[in-house]
Amino acid sequence: MPGRRAGAAARGEEAAGFPRIRPAGDAAVTVEWGERIDPQTHAQVLRLWHALEEQPVPGMVEAVPTYRSVLVQWDPDRAERETVLAALDGAVSRARRRRLLEGRRVTIPVVYGDWYGPDLREVARHTGFSPGEVVRRHTEREYRVYMLGFMPGFAYLGGLDPALATPRRASPRLSVPAGSVAIGGEQTGIYALGGSPGGWQVIGRTWLELWDSAREPPALLQPGDRVRFEAVSEDQAPPEWVERARASGWEMESG
Amino acid sequence: MAWLEVLHGGLMTTVQDAGRPGFARMGFAPAGAMDTEMLAAANVLVGNPPGAAALEVTLDGPVFTVHGEAILALAAVDGEWFVSGPEQPLPLWETVLARDGSLIAVGAVRAGARAYLAVAGGVDVPPVMGSRSTHVRARIGGLDGRPLSAGDRVPIGPSPRPCEELLGRRVPPELRPARRAGPIRVMLGPQDDAFTPRGLRTFLHSAFRVTARGDRMGVRLMGPPIEARRGYDIVSDATAPGSIQVSGDGQPIVLLAERPTTGGYPKIATVIGADLDAMGQVRPGQHVRFLSVDEAAARRAREERRRRLAEIEWALARQRPERGGAFVVSTDAAVYYVHREAG
Repeated sequence: MPGRRAGAAARGEEAAGFPRIRPAGDAAVTVEWGERIDPQTHAQVLRLWHALEEQPVPGMVEAVPTYRSVLVQWDPDRAERETVLAALDGAVSRARRRRLLEGRRVTIPVVYGDWYGPDLREVARHTGFSPGEVVRRHTEREYRVYMLGFMPGFAYLGGLDPALATPRRASPRLSVPAGSVAIGGEQTGIYALGGSPGGWQVIGRTWLELWDSAREPPALLQPGDRVRFEAVSEDQAPPEWVERARASGWEMESG
Repeated sequence: MAWLEVLHGGLMTTVQDAGRPGFARMGFAPAGAMDTEMLAAANVLVGNPPGAAALEVTLDGPVFTVHGEAILALAAVDGEWFVSGPEQPLPLWETVLARDGSLIAVGAVRAGARAYLAVAGGVDVPPVMGSRSTHVRARIGGLDGRPLSAGDRVPIGPSPRPCEELLGRRVPPELRPARRAGPIRVMLGPQDDAFTPRGLRTFLHSAFRVTARGDRMGVRLMGPPIEARRGYDIVSDATAPGSIQVSGDGQPIVLLAERPTTGGYPKIATVIGADLDAMGQVRPGQHVRFLSVDEAAARRAREERRRRLAEIEWALARQRPERGGAFVVSTDAAVYYVHREAG
């Protein structure tokens, strides 16, 4: 059972010196729970993050969960480091006793291949599967949102079928459209904002707005959420989105 | 309502305030002024709260016409600005009343990399997620999330204080942030143990040249390669303001206002809060050194920074408005700058 394995893994990590609290300047620390990408380490991260969201340490500006650590930032005008670290110890103990909250389940419709996912063929070539089989394997799994980072709303998802792992592009794109779903190494992710550069293999695109500054919260996904992709045809997508998507370009970085 | 009509945007002029913290868990760095102490000083000078929105000028500034009446001040280590027509230099660190139709040009920032043009009432663009700061990479905030360009209209909010109270205010030279070229103070970590003892020595005992590949996201430095124990890849974790990543070529990158919020390079050290402002002012070609300090030293530096700002507020509060003042006067075609001496 996942619960028991998480407990055993947690004890293993503790033997290896985790959690490890390290300074990140004079107004932040990182609490590292491990050095790997795995669901057990991430469960510890989520527990601490949820404990801090529920009961923030004094002066906390925010807590940022990642694959394996939580960055805790505070306002040094509002709290002394000693006070923060003492409260953080309390949060770490509370986190250990917490039950892991189930993330929300979100289904994301994706138009795969063609203009929307120009690298689908490259992923198929690299993995030896047909493009259809790549899509089948990509939509088959439930993914866990490990973290948002790099750019606003960019979701790093865990749980990719290892057989789909494909190296990044040798030449990154200058501008990847919003909603692009991509594979980079053994990870998959979604570009939330358009216009950012990117080296991952883009296999499809969704019309869901993953980032909207006017929305509260602006990011559609949050760490711990469960994501499934659903393959849809262009005809099933909103016509005005199709029109805009067709008009957008694909710029490459030279070299 | 007063506003500025932009004729030329400058190299990169953006609307910046104290930034929008609290969204890093969504991948969104706070943005905000690269030198928040100078922004605060400029704002206090024109009667605004320290974190009000102003224009951040990078190396070379904008040209604009003033519509309505505005009280302006330019804060910079060293730089220049003019009333155009018959070009006349305007003083730094002093309030200037610009009358309707005045043409103003902000010239070169001659020391440091950034100057702040504050306006009484603040730049009144709509806040996005609680801040007016332009996040250039995310294209959010400020004027449509981008630097100023010709044709832009920069709205100015109502001044919190009457014009007469603000005219003649001046930050005394000894209180102006100097940004002297000392070492940048850092605290080691969170991944200093990813480097060899030799790598740490290289980091702390070398001068690093500021490359031209610097922007609001961060500054890339160039120097002797910093040796890592086992390569330069870690499982990505979160970055903090001032995180110093060492990338695959062994070179440091200092992450600033628009940093990527997560990264897969080890972070050897983090710039302390009080020295982020100095880091935001480095110029391409300049050399920087790093000094490792502990938490107590970082706290003292924070307190000094707070005291410097308090001294500016104190000095301005004691100035009597009728002492003098700078005016920009425009007639139909010509524009004049008049300085009225005290007494």
